[in-house]
Amino acid sequence: MELLIQNEDKFHIISIIGDLDASSSVIFDSALEEAINAKAKNILIDCSQLDYISSPGIGAFTSRLEECNQNNIQLVLYGMSPKIENVFKILGLDQLIVIKKTKEEAKIYANDAQFTSPLH
Amino acid sequence: MHSLQVPCTKENLKEIRYFVENALNRYEISTDDIYFIKLAIDEICANLIIHAHHCNHEDFIEVKIKNEGNTFIFEIHDQSNDNFNLLEYKVPDIQQIIANKKNGNMGLILVRKIMDEIELERCEGHNICRLYKSIPQANS
Repeated sequence: MELLIQNEDKFHIISIIGDLDASSSVIFDSALEEAINAKAKNILIDCSQLDYISSPGIGAFTSRLEECNQNNIQLVLYGMSPKIENVFKILGLDQLIVIKKTKEEAKIYANDAQFTSPLH
Repeated sequence: MHSLQVPCTKENLKEIRYFVENALNRYEISTDDIYFIKLAIDEICANLIIHAHHCNHEDFIEVKIKNEGNTFIFEIHDQSNDNFNLLEYKVPDIQQIIANKKNGNMGLILVRKIMDEIELERCEGHNICRLYKSIPQANS
């Protein structure tokens, strides 16, 4: 697995390339932790090149979700294949984690959520 | 029957997935079914490699795939004295996992939802986890 990290305007984008499994999830978790510690307010996860995900990879999201919510950080996933999205659906996580089809939709969601958040 | 034996390291999970995918590609099974079966086997193997074998590369894990009619039987063999019983383990609620900032425990939820039946067999330190999946349209 490889990660590509970019900043576009106020959006911190982490692109996951390859398989996010028990072997690689620690690297992704560190990147997510770094983004949170750097006080990024909009963290977008590009899943368009994510080929496979298992529970340790999903766990990297669930373990940070509460922290993001408490700190008014918008964590938005986008571009995932139907197979990957189904894994989130089986676990009921599609109701708890924001998943959008495209980067543009993810940016619009994060932007709007920042303005409508009671903490803002 | 198809079989693969690999040392107990997390890096070998990819090889296990590749083996499962290759074996199932010989049958008329949808790519969605193959993806989820691969995921369930990966979850069981990762659990054993990490928790029962502590990623010890001198230990081995073996995956065997058989089919009887339209039912596929996946056996994961290992030798350890780990007493974890995935059949008795009560998986927590997903909201609870998030509230507790946990990153584990979801693998077993996936295995139970994907597979039709799970069996455990233990005999003198040799363990077999047997997963059954019926795929009605599968033809070799």
